[in-house]
Amino acid sequence: MVPLNWYLTLSAAVFMIGMFGFLTRKNIIIMFMSVELMLNAVNISLVSFSHYLQDMRGHILVFFIVTVAAAEAAIGLAIIIALFRNKQTAHVNEMDEMKG
Amino acid sequence: MLPKLFFGYYAVVILFLSMLVVTRKNPVHSVMWMLLLFFHIAGLYLFLNAEFIAAIQVIVYAGAILVLFLFVVLLLNLKEELKIDRFIGSWPAAFVIASATFVLVSIALKSMVLGPPGKYTVDFIKQETHTKALGQLLYTEFLFPFEIASLILLVAVIGAIVLAKRKLRS
Repeated sequence: MVPLNWYLTLSAAVFMIGMFGFLTRKNIIIMFMSVELMLNAVNISLVSFSHYLQDMRGHILVFFIVTVAAAEAAIGLAIIIALFRNKQTAHVNEMDEMKG
Repeated sequence: MLPKLFFGYYAVVILFLSMLVVTRKNPVHSVMWMLLLFFHIAGLYLFLNAEFIAAIQVIVYAGAILVLFLFVVLLLNLKEELKIDRFIGSWPAAFVIASATFVLVSIALKSMVLGPPGKYTVDFIKQETHTKALGQLLYTEFLFPFEIASLILLVAVIGAIVLAKRKLRS
């Protein structure tokens, strides 16, 4: 049987890759995809906890996370479309109107 | 031995694909790698006896969310995208932060102690089927959160239309 720690380490590694992507990429769509990557990393750890603790609550939480991720994708991409219409760019380093 | 081999394959492929997703210059390639990544994560869920979760991973993530991403990526000016730098200037700092956090989590994992196991054993789920067990829990103990989830989806539907519409009649 695969130890639980392996799953959690995999989940942490995927989460950190997602975090790195979110912090460093210029393209706002890739940043958004990095957020999805982090949500998936958390889902991996929740499902593995659920399996090893023999409890279904982790699966319920994953269900809600997927719901929120779908809602977030719809809203976020609508915001990106609205952004395109006004700025014609997808690069976050060019969006500096709020800077004094 | 065989389960470990299986897990090793999935772990290596998932890590490699997530790195590809984060580092590719062309966003369309990123989306395609992410599709493959989601299928592998679904495989990992099947490996953990969570077939309903694997199904919604494929249907919702790969089927709905990624298609949405692909539509928006197609709005991009790809020619300009391929010319500029993909990372911000201070990416080494982010790399250090991410690796340090990973080391921190790995150290914390060493001292983890699991609680007592619950009643949903592998045999119980096999007898009951996973979808039925999940549904029974969802419609009894978690009925109120389930209703809130439907509200979140309603807000998302209306919000997406309002935000993406060209101009609202005042």
